[in-house]
Amino acid sequence: MTSTGPRVVDFPLRRPGEAFPPPHYQDYRGERGLVVCHLPNGNRVWLVTRHEDVRAVLTDRRISSNPDHPGFPNISQTMGVPRQEQIPGWFVGLDSPEHDRFRKALIPEFTVRRVRELRPAVEQTVDRCIDGLLAAGTEADLVADFALPVPSLVISALLGVPPADRDFFESRTRTLVAIRSSTDQQRDTASRELLRYINRLVAIKQKWPGDDLISRLLATGAIDPREMSGVLMLLLIAGHETTANNIALGVVTLLAHPEWIGDPRVVEETLRFHSVADLVSLRVAVEDVEIAGQQVRAGEGIVALVAAANHDERAFACPHAFDPARTERHHVAFGYGVHQCLGQNLVRVEMEIAYRRLFERIPGLRLAVPAEELPYKYDGVLCGLHALPVRW
Amino acid sequence: MRITVDTGRCVGAGQCVLNAPAVFDQDHDGVVEVHDPAAAAADPEAVALAATLCPSAAITVHRD
Ligand code: HEM
Ligand code: SF4
Repeated sequence: MTSTGPRVVDFPLRRPGEAFPPPHYQDYRGERGLVVCHLPNGNRVWLVTRHEDVRAVLTDRRISSNPDHPGFPNISQTMGVPRQEQIPGWFVGLDSPEHDRFRKALIPEFTVRRVRELRPAVEQTVDRCIDGLLAAGTEADLVADFALPVPSLVISALLGVPPADRDFFESRTRTLVAIRSSTDQQRDTASRELLRYINRLVAIKQKWPGDDLISRLLATGAIDPREMSGVLMLLLIAGHETTANNIALGVVTLLAHPEWIGDPRVVEETLRFHSVADLVSLRVAVEDVEIAGQQVRAGEGIVALVAAANHDERAFACPHAFDPARTERHHVAFGYGVHQCLGQNLVRVEMEIAYRRLFERIPGLRLAVPAEELPYKYDGVLCGLHALPVRW
Repeated sequence: MRITVDTGRCVGAGQCVLNAPAVFDQDHDGVVEVHDPAAAAADPEAVALAATLCPSAAITVHRD
């Protein structure tokens, strides 16, 4: 075996609707744990698949998040991490110490305590969406009418978007993530309108500061007003579709395992089980490094495949079983290292409230189509559902 | 058992507060602080869990 080169696999790694978790991820983890993948743009990248190696890669200072480095594995022209020159303030693409300035300015907004204070507002948002579902009849698309609006409304409240503008905000963010039902041009227009709106909001908060994230962030002086729109767009985009996909897939899983409905431990387990941010942690080696016994050269791209790591039998007992009672808590659904998801505590609260209120208020909730016919979504980066037809 | 935290490394992910709330807190800047070192003895497992889950290895447990 040692004489053969690394295994080479095709992109995209998964097909929507195929068996979950993808059985071939298990093969990837075998042999050496590293496989090579050719991205659509011709880039050759290393996929890191074992839990231990994913954690090592995401904490290694010789491995960078900055797309300015040659070899950075952006998936395509539009999917990946923009450079600072393109969107100043998009700090997920910066390394320490530049990254730390943004992270330190933002963490007070996302502490466990701060997020706890947001609970009543999140609960209100969730309940308003459920009111809408119930008022509209006895069937709905839970993606369009619940999973997408909840995180969008929560983040707009957090940012300090005035209530009157939240519908505008929500409709544009929805267009932005609807890869099936909106055209490139519609998405481009939506993103321009959002950016213009955000810039205006920042200008307003500069003049008339309020009790909200944008005003407080401006007050720290740590972030240049020129970088503010990039920071805010990142918060918006990083937290919208990820959360929506996780809520939608989580509801499907709970309907298949109703014995767990009402148990708060499902939050952590749906995060691990679905690992929706499959191809999000993109990196590049800036020095030669050894990963899982394999030499990776400076300038080679690396992807930490969190869905594979979260189903690694070396790290989780019976990883393919949905088991909210499991004791292992070290999943990497939010990544690891200094870029570990900033919004994770907010997501936990949102998901806990969303699952709980949904099944409390609509106890007869069931799928309107057989589970095999659900329109699964996989754009090469995130996994989710295009729609979730339900009735009650 | 003694616990030290490296506030310079902390990235404010809050894993410590979620998993060992009796021991750890986040200050106003979101940075970790040990708010009750004595509570660690009562639940060493929670403290060990917080230390392994911390994404930036900011928590060290000394078994002296
Ligand atoms: C289920 C929902 C979510 C999942 C699975 C998720 C997943 C992730 C992952 C894997 C990363 C690491 C990226 C990397 O390693 O390069 C990340 C980073 C990030 N996430 Fe999330 N995320 C979710 C929701 C949110 C929400 C709601 C927000 C904001 C309100 C958010 C804001 C961020 C930000 C700002 C970063 C970059 C942090 C940094 O670079 O320091 N995410 N997320
Ligand atoms: S878990 Fe680590 S990084 Fe997160 S707040 Fe605690 S010490 Fe800081």
